[in-house]
Amino acid sequence: MEWETVIGLEIHTQLRTKSKIFSGASTTYGAEPNTQVCAVDIALPGALPVMNRDAARMAVKFGLAIGAKINQTSIFDRKNYFYPDLPKGYQISQLHLPIVGKGSITIDIDGKKKVIGITRAHLEEDAGKSLHEDYHGMTGIDLNRAGTPLIEIVSEPDMRSAAEAVAYLKSIHSLVRYLDICDGNMQEGSFRCDANVSVRPRGQQEFGTRTELKNINSFRFVEKAIDIEVERQIDILESGGRVVQETRLYDSDKNQTRSMRSKEEANDYRYFPDPDLPQMVLEDSFIESIRAELPELPDARCQRFITEYGLSDYDAGTLTANRELADFYEQAVAALPAQPKLIANWVNGELAAHLNRDNTSIADSPVTATMLGELVARIDDNTISGKIAKEVFEAIWNGEGTADEIIEKRGLKQISDDSAIEPIVDEILASNPTQIEQYKGGNTKLLGFFVGQVMKATQGKANPKQVNELLRRKLGD
Amino acid sequence: MHNKSLRELALGLRNNDFSSVELTQYFLDRIAAHKDINAFITVNKDVSLQQAAEADNMLSSDNSHPLTGIPLAQKDIFCTDGMRTSCGSKMLDNFIAPYDATVIHKLRQAGSVTLGKTNMDEFAMGSSNETSYYGRVLNPWDKNRVPGGSSGGSAAAVAARLAPAATGTDTGGSIRQPASFCGVTGLKPSYGRVSRYGMIAFASSLDQGGPMTQSAEDAAILLQAMSGFDERDSTSVDIAVPDFSSKLEQDLKGLKIGMPVEFFNEDLDAEIASIVMDALHEYEKLGAELVEISLPNSHLSVPCYYVLAPAEASSNLSRFDGARYGYRTAEYDDLLDMYNKTRAEGFGQEVKRRIMIGTYALSAGYYDAYYLKAQKIRRLISQDFSRAFEKCDVIAGPTAPGTAFRFGEKSDDPVAMYLNDIYTISVNLAGLPGMSLPAGMDSHKLPVGLQLIGQYFDESRLLNAAHRYQLATDWHKRRPDGF
Repeated sequence: MEWETVIGLEIHTQLRTKSKIFSGASTTYGAEPNTQVCAVDIALPGALPVMNRDAARMAVKFGLAIGAKINQTSIFDRKNYFYPDLPKGYQISQLHLPIVGKGSITIDIDGKKKVIGITRAHLEEDAGKSLHEDYHGMTGIDLNRAGTPLIEIVSEPDMRSAAEAVAYLKSIHSLVRYLDICDGNMQEGSFRCDANVSVRPRGQQEFGTRTELKNINSFRFVEKAIDIEVERQIDILESGGRVVQETRLYDSDKNQTRSMRSKEEANDYRYFPDPDLPQMVLEDSFIESIRAELPELPDARCQRFITEYGLSDYDAGTLTANRELADFYEQAVAALPAQPKLIANWVNGELAAHLNRDNTSIADSPVTATMLGELVARIDDNTISGKIAKEVFEAIWNGEGTADEIIEKRGLKQISDDSAIEPIVDEILASNPTQIEQYKGGNTKLLGFFVGQVMKATQGKANPKQVNELLRRKLGD
Repeated sequence: MHNKSLRELALGLRNNDFSSVELTQYFLDRIAAHKDINAFITVNKDVSLQQAAEADNMLSSDNSHPLTGIPLAQKDIFCTDGMRTSCGSKMLDNFIAPYDATVIHKLRQAGSVTLGKTNMDEFAMGSSNETSYYGRVLNPWDKNRVPGGSSGGSAAAVAARLAPAATGTDTGGSIRQPASFCGVTGLKPSYGRVSRYGMIAFASSLDQGGPMTQSAEDAAILLQAMSGFDERDSTSVDIAVPDFSSKLEQDLKGLKIGMPVEFFNEDLDAEIASIVMDALHEYEKLGAELVEISLPNSHLSVPCYYVLAPAEASSNLSRFDGARYGYRTAEYDDLLDMYNKTRAEGFGQEVKRRIMIGTYALSAGYYDAYYLKAQKIRRLISQDFSRAFEKCDVIAGPTAPGTAFRFGEKSDDPVAMYLNDIYTISVNLAGLPGMSLPAGMDSHKLPVGLQLIGQYFDESRLLNAAHRYQLATDWHKRRPDGF
C-alpha cells in the first residue's frame, strides 16, 4: 500500500523583549541560575502578572506578516499542571481566543510553491528549566527562563513530507528573524518545535492517529525524527497493528523515537480564563502603527532581487532566506551597482563557504560588505582575475587588509599588457612543439593546456582573455 | 485612649499628648493583656516600635499624613517585608515575604505603624475563623462564640480595641460578616479600588481589601490611604479616588434606599429583621426614602460563588507545592510524593475541600456545566444590581442571617457555614462596594450588622450614609464588657 504522511508543527518562538511577559525581570540568556527573576517569576504569594506591551506588539507583527486575522480582543487562560519549573502551578497561555488567528505562509519545495496554513499563534510564558545533571539524585531548578514571552505558532496539518516540514520551519525561522521578534537561536532554545505526525493510505480523507514528537530542536533532527517516526508508524500499520496517540521523545543518538506519555496519561489542564489579567484589547491605532513598521518580508524581497538584480530564483532565495545576508548583499551591491550577479556569486560562494567553514555568522564576518564590493570591483576592472580574487579574499578574511592593499603588497595585479605577455607566450610555444603538432592536427582542446602553461608562468597574473587571444593568433586560428 | 477615633489620635499625636511610640506601646500592652482573644498571629514589638519612632520623626516634619504614627492591625493575608505572613496556614508558617503588599506599602508610606498580623481563616476560607492553623479567635462580646470570618482577627481586634483600626479582605463577606458579628464598621470597596498586589489570592476575581474600623469616619480615612490604581495589579482600576472624608456630612434628604424583597422574606430571622427595619426607619427620619427593589437571582449567589471561588482557589493555591518556600514535608520518595505529602500536611480540611471542589468544577467534561454556567449566573446577578440601581442610590439589608454563633456549631456542616454569606456574596460577584455597620443588639446582647450596598465606585455615598446614621445613633460606640 502507498502511504501518505501528514504533518503539523507547533513552533515555540521566544520573543526578544527586554523583560518578561508578565514581569519586569530581564530575559537575558545565560546568566547565573535564578538571577533573572523577581517575585512574579518565582510565584511568591500575592505576586500578580502584568502584560508586557512589547510582547503583544511582536505577536501582532507576526500575525500581520502571515496575513492573519488579529484578534483585537484576546484572552489569557491558565493551563494548570504541577512541575517544579512551573512556579505558579499553571502556565499563562491563550486557549480560546489567541491574539493571532488564521494566516498562512508560502514555502518553496523543489522549486514549487506551496501554501501552508497557520491555524493560530498565541502568547504564552515559557517555563524554567529542570537541571537533572550535576546534582546527584537531586534536580536543580533554574527559573531564569520562566516567564520569557513566547508565541506558539500552530500550523494546519498541511505538510506531506519531512522535507516540507523542514522547509516550513525554515520559512518561519527566516520570517521571525526578518521581523526581528526572535533571535532564532535553536541551540539556546529560542526557537523550538514539536511535530504532529500521522500516516494514512494515499487517497484516504480521514487522518490517521497522530503522535506528537518532542525534542527535535534542529532542522536536521526534525527531518530525521519525522522520517523515522513515519517509518515506525507504517511498520505498525502494515503488520496489522494500530498507532497509539501519544507523545514521543526523539533520541538523536539512537535515531529513534520512544514513548513519553500516552493520551490516557495526559494531564487534564483545567484551562480557565486567568482572573488576574483582563481581556487584552488592541486599539486600531496600535495595530496600524505596527503595520507601518513592517519590514520587507522574505518573499517580497526575493521577488525584488530577481527583477531588480536579475538573479536566478535559487540565488535570490538563498540570499533572502536570512535577513542579515540579504542586507549584506545589498550593501555590497551598493558599492558596485554594475555587478549584482557577480556579487551574488561571491556571497553565495566564497563568503558562504568561509562562514560555514569557520562557523561564523554573517554579522561577525571579517569580510564586510564594502570589502567584498571593493574586491569584486577589481575583478570587474580587470585588475585581477577571478582566480587571484579567491586568494585575495582569503587574505582579507585573515585580516591582512583591503583588496587593494593586498593586491599591491603581493604584486597580484593582472598583466594586461600584450608586450609583457607575448614573450611568455612565445616561450611556451617554443618549448612545446609536440603539442603544437597535435593542436594543428585537430586537437583544439590543447588550447587550454597552453593557457594553463602561460598562467602558471605568470603565477596567474596574466589576463586570461588576452592570453587566449594571443595564443589563437600565434597558433594560426 | 483606646476608644479614640483616628482623627482624635492624629490630633493627640500632633498636640504631643502622646508619641507614636507611646501609642504603639499602649496597644502592644493591650494585645498582650488580651492574648486569650487570639486576634493576632504575629506581633513583633521591636519592628512596631522602630516604625513608631520613625513616625515620630515624620510627625515633627511637615510631610505627615492623617495616619502618621497610628498603629494598625494588618490581616495576615497582606505580605509584609520582614514580618511573617502566614495567611492562617501551616503552609506559610515559616514564610517571611521579601516585599510589602501595595496596601501595606501605602499605609507605611503614610507613616502608620504595623502593630501586628491578625488571625484569619486559613487562606481566607471560612466564616468563623475556626479554620486558622493558629487556633480560633474569641468574639470579645461572648468568648464562647466565633468572631466571624475570614477577617475574624481584625474584627475582634477592633471590637476589643486592641488596635485603633485594621485591614481586612473580603471575597464573599469576609470583612462585612465579621464586622457584623463583632459590632464594628467594615467596608468592602468596589473590585479594582484597592490593589491586590501582595495580598495572597484566594479567588482573584472576587478578593478585595478594605478597612475595618470603629466608625464610618475612620473607615473613610483608612480607605483613602488604601485606595488607588496600581500598575502592578492589572485588575486595579485607573479611576480617580475621591476625598471620602469630605462627603461624610452630606444631607441624606432624598436618598433612595432600596430594600430587596428577596432579603426581607420569611427566611430572615425575626429579630434581625426587626433590628434592620429599625435602622431603615432611622434613615427615613434622616430624610431618606425607602423603595422596594428585586434581586431575582440572589438565591443563586451562594451556589454560583461556591463554583467560581473554589475554581480560582484551586489554581491560585497550586504555587504552594513545597518547592520554593513555605512548608515541605520531611520525607518523600519522589516528586509526586513530595507534592502529595506537602499539600496533604500543609493545608487544612476546608482548604483541601475547596481545592477539590474547584479542581472538579474545572475538569474536562464538567467545565461547561459548572464553571461556565456559574459565570453566566454571575452576569445575571450583576444585571440584577444594575436594574435595581435604576430605582435607588443605595441598597440596604442584613449583613448576615444571624448573629455570632457558638464554636463548633456549624463547623461540621459546610453548607450551613456557607449560608452565612448569603447576603454578602452577591456583592462580590457583582464587584460592588458593600459595608456593614452596627445597627443593634439581639437578645443575647450580640451585635447585629446593617449592610449597605453601593453603586460601582460609589464608596463615598456608602460612607456618607453610614456616617449620618452613626451621627444619629450610638450602636457603633457600644463596647463589649471588659474592653
